[in-house]
Amino acid sequence: MTDSTRQTNEATRHTHARGKRGDTPPDTAGHLLEVRNLSVTFPQPGGAVTAVRGVNYHVDKGEFLGIVGESGSGKSVSSLAVMGLLPSSAQVGGDILFEGRSLLGRSDRELSRLRGEGISIIFQDPLSALTPVYTIGTQIAEALQLHDKKLSKLAANGRAVELLKVVGIPNPERRAQAFPHEFSGGMRQRAMIAIAIANNPRLIIADEPTTALDVTIQAQILEVLQKAKDLTGAAVVLITHDLGVVAGNADRIAVMYAGRIVETGTVEEVFRAPSMPYTIGLLRSMPSLATAGHTRLVPLEGRPPQLANLGPGCPFAPRCPVAVDACLITEPPLTPIAGNELNAAACLRVGEIASGALNRAKLYPVPEPVALEERAKVAPASVLGVDGLVRHFPLTRGTVFKHTIGTVRAVDGVSFDLKSGQTLGLVGESGCGKSTTIMEILELARPQAGRITVNGRDVAAMGGKERRGLRRDIQVVFQDPMASLDPRLPIQDIVAEPLTVHGVPAKERLTKVREVLELVGLDPSMASRYPHEFSGGQRQRIGIARALVTDPKILVLDEPVSALDVSIQAGVINLLEDLQEKLGLSYLFVAHDLAVVRQIADTVAVMYLGRIVECGPSEDIFDNPRHPYTLALLSAVPVPDPALERSRRRIILEGELPSPTEDISGCNFRARCPLYQLIDAEGQEKCRTLDPARRQVAGSSVACHHAEHLDLMTDHHAPKTLRSGG
Amino acid sequence: MSMIEEMPIADTSAGTQDVIRSAKPVSRFRLVLSRLRSTPRFWVGIVGLGAIILWAVFGLVPNAWNATDLDVYNMGSSPTALHWFGTSDIGEDIYAQTIVGLRKSLVIGLLVGPLAAIVAGIVGAVAGYLGGWWDRVIIWFIDLLLVLPSLFLFILLSPIFKSLSWVALIFLLAGFGWMIMARVIRAQTMSLRERDFIKAARFMGVDTWTIIRRHVLPNVSSLLIIDATLGVGGAILSETTLSFFGFGIQAPDVSLGTLLSAGQGAAATRPWLFVFPAAILVFTVLSASLVGDALRDAVDPTSGVNRD
Repeated sequence: MTDSTRQTNEATRHTHARGKRGDTPPDTAGHLLEVRNLSVTFPQPGGAVTAVRGVNYHVDKGEFLGIVGESGSGKSVSSLAVMGLLPSSAQVGGDILFEGRSLLGRSDRELSRLRGEGISIIFQDPLSALTPVYTIGTQIAEALQLHDKKLSKLAANGRAVELLKVVGIPNPERRAQAFPHEFSGGMRQRAMIAIAIANNPRLIIADEPTTALDVTIQAQILEVLQKAKDLTGAAVVLITHDLGVVAGNADRIAVMYAGRIVETGTVEEVFRAPSMPYTIGLLRSMPSLATAGHTRLVPLEGRPPQLANLGPGCPFAPRCPVAVDACLITEPPLTPIAGNELNAAACLRVGEIASGALNRAKLYPVPEPVALEERAKVAPASVLGVDGLVRHFPLTRGTVFKHTIGTVRAVDGVSFDLKSGQTLGLVGESGCGKSTTIMEILELARPQAGRITVNGRDVAAMGGKERRGLRRDIQVVFQDPMASLDPRLPIQDIVAEPLTVHGVPAKERLTKVREVLELVGLDPSMASRYPHEFSGGQRQRIGIARALVTDPKILVLDEPVSALDVSIQAGVINLLEDLQEKLGLSYLFVAHDLAVVRQIADTVAVMYLGRIVECGPSEDIFDNPRHPYTLALLSAVPVPDPALERSRRRIILEGELPSPTEDISGCNFRARCPLYQLIDAEGQEKCRTLDPARRQVAGSSVACHHAEHLDLMTDHHAPKTLRSGG
Repeated sequence: MSMIEEMPIADTSAGTQDVIRSAKPVSRFRLVLSRLRSTPRFWVGIVGLGAIILWAVFGLVPNAWNATDLDVYNMGSSPTALHWFGTSDIGEDIYAQTIVGLRKSLVIGLLVGPLAAIVAGIVGAVAGYLGGWWDRVIIWFIDLLLVLPSLFLFILLSPIFKSLSWVALIFLLAGFGWMIMARVIRAQTMSLRERDFIKAARFMGVDTWTIIRRHVLPNVSSLLIIDATLGVGGAILSETTLSFFGFGIQAPDVSLGTLLSAGQGAAATRPWLFVFPAAILVFTVLSASLVGDALRDAVDPTSGVNRD
């Protein structure tokens, strides 16, 4: 905080101390927003659920507060309470003070005046937050005119265009006339930010603003958010589940668990010296680009408690490795660490952790790697080969007389090779064709063009019987563990399903099911239960068990951990690693989370618009990327380490993923390529006309004409995008 | 609170197991049942329907007359201690006739509703899952049946059905009662087909019919049960309508429809001929619909009362 803001705070404190509302204690009036002992209860047929249980926090002027928590921790509900946007059935207790005045009990009309002008919110899903039948410009103008009745329509429209320009939408005059569906996800979120800052609010609440977006777009949006904050001088409350996002942006953070804040402090304090075992575990369990691949992840066992039936003790005690008997009896209050009021943790043993009596690094036991004698021996051979795979979808119009109006080039010549006992990570942003690629492989049918070989045999040449036999060898684990298990079947039937196809007798099936359930760390006695009785992490284990039941050689993993909470992810990743070691499996691992890929993959293939732009050994790709897209992708991934995050150079890719229907001559990354703009005219000509083929550069094969000149990018971009610390 | 004892048990089991043992898992069936129990509509409906069925089965026991008996001494009499619902012009006991008619209507209703739902489920699931030409042909056929006025078809077909027994009417009514639900099931199946567990089954090599039987139909079963229940009331009404116009149940069989038809002329002068069968019909259909309605709300938590 600078001196000037501190002075402003002093000034506001004095104004409010003299304020009209006598019931406001003067000592808290200095804060822009203060939430005091907030509790939110939703009455439900099965008993009331208290989603927020006594939350206290404050935000000062111009401050950036990050609220972090897993799903169900109450982080969103508490901020909706601040906005007064909770459903009418919710019972809100405690107090919320904005500029010293209580927000609770105010009429909706009064709150409406405040919303937008005083406090504004940015929602997670920008598509449902914008009205589909009005243009973007109209919606921004509406926000302006609502709070300034004297503003003419023309002036409002002019200001709307200005705002769109501020948030970095190219060609704002024309774009203001567009409807929300004509905007991509990232652009919609920019438009939402434009609406949020339209009336120069004093506080912006951003509720998971980047969760639905890709990393490169996330980096853009966070940049815009910072810009909006600097421009309006507003305080920002950023709600997220991603510790990496907070690390680089927030000043202070509050970690929520089971409806309460369990740790708070400045970003440096919390990341460097976390004092609540939950925060420590969360930080240890997260794969980070900086550390992944070298160390095993430390899983945070168990799952968050259900808020409907909370016991009297610390809600984290069941998962806590250092819980003592006292933890089960009383819920610890937020205790200041080392006398610092702003840095506090809700743990009985906070003193021991802070003083180092309990070693943070050794708090959680690091899981042992698979013993050498248990490891399966694998002969290096290619188990899955994909060569020039093509999948185009015709784009048709008309219901009666269908005619083709274009082609979606979902997969456009993809080649890779998966070796036995290895993991190939296929990464890329959404829409790059990675899911289509694996679906094509799993169909085991003749592709439109190209060749798929499994165990050296071409799938196109196979008969139906042979193909069915081959399905034993290649199995799949899906992203969403809830959707991939039939809710109407007990898990023993689900897991045994692949065996029924191959005519395995019922008795044998049952023993095999118990065997694989044990293998994935589930109790075989739970085999007769239904999927909904399990937690997300357990369901994903069931999905893995089903894939393993036929003793396959290849496992296709379609984003297997991205639907799981951070604390659960680590356990599943470790399990996958162990299984690979024990059974000698080959993984085709599809993910958008680069840190997870780095943790598990031996070889990485980076996809962009239906092509693989760079492919090579994991270390080479992550430490020494040779394609400008890979470089930008890596720099966009937030790292949960504030010091590193703030000193990192970030390459912001301009624009969005182009539509795969477009026919692009030459290199299809050209339009967004930062290197293209730095290269000389002759080089640009080459990019425009010649489609780059993959060629070997250093350790990896790269589809770029100018891979050797990649250092141009780091040299030129560095000063421009270097972020000032704090 | 009992939580104190339960919490530690749930948690010390560290390792890789993170199941909560404290809360007993509630099955979906139980949940639906408990939600059903808390709806008054359900109780009114189920008690009403139960009473009607019991009455239809045992109603004739205390009565001195059979449906075919003619009391020549009391022709066209109003309700008396001897003839509870009065008699017709030729001395038939209306109470006995109403019960026999009700039996027929109930049997038809209770058979047609589920039968139509089964047809709808199979056709809809096949069309939705297979897609392509199968889907197009089936949808054309469904649309064709929907645009043809079914009453008109019944009338056209009635000469054939008149020669057959009343059982044929069940198939006729079921044959024209499944289309709309089949479209709903088809739409549901199309979204199910994109779900991962169906994809997973396909990639495992499970064949199409097994997928439909094992994965698709159980997942649309709640819809089908609701449809079958709601269909009971609808089928009774259709049967009554047809019989009323003389195209359904033929003499000497009686149903509520033929009774209403016979009594309609006297509705103003001798209301007992008309009012009793009509009241029974309304009560039966209302009860069946209330049960179906309550069932729908219980299965689908987003419908009705739970919306904010």
